[in-house]
Amino acid sequence: MIPDLKKVIELITGNEIWKSVFRHSYEDTPRNRVLQIVGNVWMHIHPPTVRKESLNISYTFCLGGLTFFIFLFETLTGILLMFYYTPDVNRAYADMIDLSNNAAPFGRLLRNTHRWAGHAMVITVCFHMLRVFLTGAYKSPRQFNWVVGVVLLVLTLLLSFTGYLLPWDQLGYWAITVGTNMAGATPFAGYQGPFADLFGFTIDNDIRFALLGGTSIQAPALLRAYVWHCIALPSLAGGLIMLHFWRVRKDGFSGQL
Amino acid sequence: MSAAEVITKEEDSKTKVKQEKVHTWPNLVAKEFLCGLLFLVIIFFYSYYVDAPLRELANPGEPENPAKAPWYFLGLQEVLVYFDPWFAGVVLPMFIIFGLMLIPYIDTNPKGSGYYIFSERKFAITVFTFGFIYWYVLIIIGVYCRGPFWAWFWPWEQWTLDFPTPPPLWSPHWALGLLMLLAFFGGGMYYPTKRWRSWYQELGPVRYSITMFLLLVMIGTVVKSVLRLGLNMKYVLQTPWINI
Repeated sequence: MIPDLKKVIELITGNEIWKSVFRHSYEDTPRNRVLQIVGNVWMHIHPPTVRKESLNISYTFCLGGLTFFIFLFETLTGILLMFYYTPDVNRAYADMIDLSNNAAPFGRLLRNTHRWAGHAMVITVCFHMLRVFLTGAYKSPRQFNWVVGVVLLVLTLLLSFTGYLLPWDQLGYWAITVGTNMAGATPFAGYQGPFADLFGFTIDNDIRFALLGGTSIQAPALLRAYVWHCIALPSLAGGLIMLHFWRVRKDGFSGQL
Repeated sequence: MSAAEVITKEEDSKTKVKQEKVHTWPNLVAKEFLCGLLFLVIIFFYSYYVDAPLRELANPGEPENPAKAPWYFLGLQEVLVYFDPWFAGVVLPMFIIFGLMLIPYIDTNPKGSGYYIFSERKFAITVFTFGFIYWYVLIIIGVYCRGPFWAWFWPWEQWTLDFPTPPPLWSPHWALGLLMLLAFFGGGMYYPTKRWRSWYQELGPVRYSITMFLLLVMIGTVVKSVLRLGLNMKYVLQTPWINI
């Protein structure tokens, strides 16, 4: 006997538990279209209605939204990778080989998508900035949100940069060597920079030393890169992304949006 | 989306432009969803066929030659050819970051907000687009044209250690160098105040100085790379404390 579908649906959606979670029906009514946005924590960064021009993709090219989407994607794949990867100089590289050989299910795909999506995020965030510039969307009253955006751009680069060392292979090791040696050349505060001796900065107390946790890239540097990459920088970026979106709504959309 | 149903038509009291509004759900959300989906399809396809790079185990005793920074920093690494690390790796990036942050505060032109236009913002768009393209040109050079010892190799050339010794570099006397720097920055700061007087007055001295300083640093970086590649000049200004 086939159960009456309407009765089954009524049984599932008509009770108190369901109604306590889902505040309105899914019936396509103007009221529900609005509630779908304002009554949903994940959706309410949108306004309930937008101008018709907002549907034209050729104004934003979805670049900001795409960057945020990649950030979420990187968070998810990053957490999955953290279950497997150990930030220990004796194990990190072996974990990479294991991932590449699918010792963990989908390990190779997980690592590849995390890596390539990270590159993609650098590209989308750069082009998002170019788009905002070319449309003059940073002009009053949106000046401050552009500043937040620049900080987020820098954080994106730093996120990618700190992730570069984690495989503990020759590519990452020497790339981070090049990058952190630059910090050693900081005027006044880097041991190789101009005027370093003015404040007594040497190889074991300057900016580079603080970044590496030592005078060369060893175990402490790997751990520092890991903590920055997995905890400190994503938290900072996450907080600033919230501020960025909140300001977009409060300052108003630019152009015809 | 043809299904986008216009729900309100109201006149904006300020701009007198007719606004047609549609429901965000499903019209806009559906497009965002498709955008995300498209990204996932591309990234999974690409990742299935192309493996992320992984070289041999890190070995502090065996430097990579060339040791390249991640691609998005290769522009800065390329600038290292033309400047000392304190400038290429620290001061220049700081100028770029703080310069970017200052853009909304030094660009007082109220026109061109909210739409693509060149004619109303010729100076702003030219400078920014030039900087953006320059950054990527340097990256492309760093990724594809630099081989062992950072020597120039075309992408189709085989990397070899058997390249001609680069010509010796020279630097002018410090007094001449200082004069050149002062002429470049002094002249660069002064000339536009006469040539584009109304623009200067519009900006005011503070905004003008910041704008021109950042612009001159950018132009100066290009000029230095021409001096280095064309005339083999090592430093414009060489002193015991700092070299530029």
